Amino acid sequence: MLDQSDSYVTDDGRTIGAVVMEMKNITLRFGGVVAIQDISFDIREGEIRAIIGPNGAGKSSMLNVISGFYVPQEGTVEYHGKPRPQMRPYQVAQQGIARTFQNIALFEGMSVLDNVMTGRLNHMKSGLFQQALWKGKAEKEETANREVVEKVIDFLEIQHIRKTPVGRLPYGLKKRVELARALAAEPKLLLLDEPMAGMNVEEKEDMSRFILDVNDEFGTTIALIEHDMGVVMDLSDRVVVMDYGKKIGDGTPDEVRNNQDVIDAYLGVAHD
Amino acid sequence: MSDQFLFATEVFINGLMSGVLYALVALGFVLIYKASGIFNYAQGVMALFAAMTLVGIMEGQVPFSHIINAVFGTEVHHFGWHVPALLAILLTVGVMVIFAWLVQRIVMRHLVGQEPIILFMATIGLAYFLEGFSDLMWGSEIKTLDVGLPQGGSFWIEDMSAGLGSDNFYGFFIDNLDIVATGIAALLVTGLVLFAQYTKQGRAMRAVADDHQAALSVGISLNFIWVLVWSVAGFVALVAGIVWGTKSGVQFSLSLIALKALPVLMLGGFTSIPGAIVGGLIIGVGEKLFEFAIGPMVGGATENWFAYVLALLFLVFRPQGLFGEKIIERV
Repeated sequence: MLDQSDSYVTDDGRTIGAVVMEMKNITLRFGGVVAIQDISFDIREGEIRAIIGPNGAGKSSMLNVISGFYVPQEGTVEYHGKPRPQMRPYQVAQQGIARTFQNIALFEGMSVLDNVMTGRLNHMKSGLFQQALWKGKAEKEETANREVVEKVIDFLEIQHIRKTPVGRLPYGLKKRVELARALAAEPKLLLLDEPMAGMNVEEKEDMSRFILDVNDEFGTTIALIEHDMGVVMDLSDRVVVMDYGKKIGDGTPDEVRNNQDVIDAYLGVAHD
Repeated sequence: MSDQFLFATEVFINGLMSGVLYALVALGFVLIYKASGIFNYAQGVMALFAAMTLVGIMEGQVPFSHIINAVFGTEVHHFGWHVPALLAILLTVGVMVIFAWLVQRIVMRHLVGQEPIILFMATIGLAYFLEGFSDLMWGSEIKTLDVGLPQGGSFWIEDMSAGLGSDNFYGFFIDNLDIVATGIAALLVTGLVLFAQYTKQGRAMRAVADDHQAALSVGISLNFIWVLVWSVAGFVALVAGIVWGTKSGVQFSLSLIALKALPVLMLGGFTSIPGAIVGGLIIGVGEKLFEFAIGPMVGGATENWFAYVLALLFLVFRPQGLFGEKIIERV
């Protein structure tokens, strides 16, 4: 067993570091419905961590707990070894946790460039009056932010649509713009809610490549949700499997694949 | 040029000027509607409250003096000082910011995610509360507001244009205040656009207007932005209050200019700043020209209803307004 602060090197030569985030005995209820029941797992620095499970397993709820959209009734979220106090989503984002949404939440009326630029809002420090006068620090800051944004746009290959209003883009590209906005924040932890949902095979391959490249190039820690087993197994270093709000498996893709509970959940064995 | 044409031109210009004033009020509505989806019925009363506060501060009135006198049996009315206009305007801006914060804190925060109709009802309540509150705070008598804006017809324009027509034409009569108001409105709109386009807070404001969830996920505090938006709307209300208050005195009827802003919004679209301006101008010009050309045939007073009929036509044929976002239902 690895210790909290241990690190190791993967087969393809990436270094996986210490535990960044640890979920401890999380329970989330909506009225009488238990969405998440007593689940614990951790996310290590630099890894791609997947949460999988059939529809309604509570995967998205779990992601919403991490990003502060839902507040669990029980359990603690530890971030860099310290229990995180109850936070609002914008405060979580300010801590360096960026996310995308299953149903895409973009600013439809703005151009791609402006959308990605909003990802930099937390990196803008100069005050209202400095910005109003557009002098010195504010100007330098704007230039620096633009550089990061242009780099992300280049990286995700969306230069050709940078001036296009997002509302006009097809679904697959919207997903990519959303990823770009999250990346522009230079997040310490990137949460992806079904990044490949509703995509065709080609788009899925593109998105997989981008996720791997992001992790490889920027060393970004990524936690993602997906119910396409095949994609997840190829992408991730470790996998948490959920079913009916409970954790039924946790480990490397190979371990999970051979776990009887997981096989049952996916093949559909009657629950007693 | 014939006199008839020159008169029409004068009517047209005056229409443009009053259109600017309508646009000023409509602007406050658009700001709040864009950022929070709330149709703020209280915008007109906010203009009244801002103007009353400004007068009160300038004349050194004791706030709540009626209550104080009634409870303690005293006779205080004025502090006995006069505050210069500019300082008083700054103080009033401060009051409007505090008001914005209180509205967000006490009312709107608890209604996040409610149906638009409920938010609308809340602002109606707010309007009546604020109306009574401003009477309580500053008294209900009609006050004159003079912050140094020029008033009365512009002799210069009159003299310059008098030679255009025959002897029966005495030149264009254009109110100096209207000219200044146009300048103020242009400055205000330019300022707002620059603020929205180039500052961090402006970007955040546009982001919130577009999508709440996405805004949260990039680290924007909705509460802060809403306080900001209500403050900006309060500021716009103050500007409208100053101009209208100077024109026709600070009195209850000031709050009714909100009703004139409604047709402007239907024409321009609830979500568009340029729409509010163009809508205001069209209604201003439209109602003046209509009164000029058709008014005599139907017994006059068409200005009272022309704007609403025009708005009704727009509701039938182009419900999103001239510049509003197109309404598309996905099935």
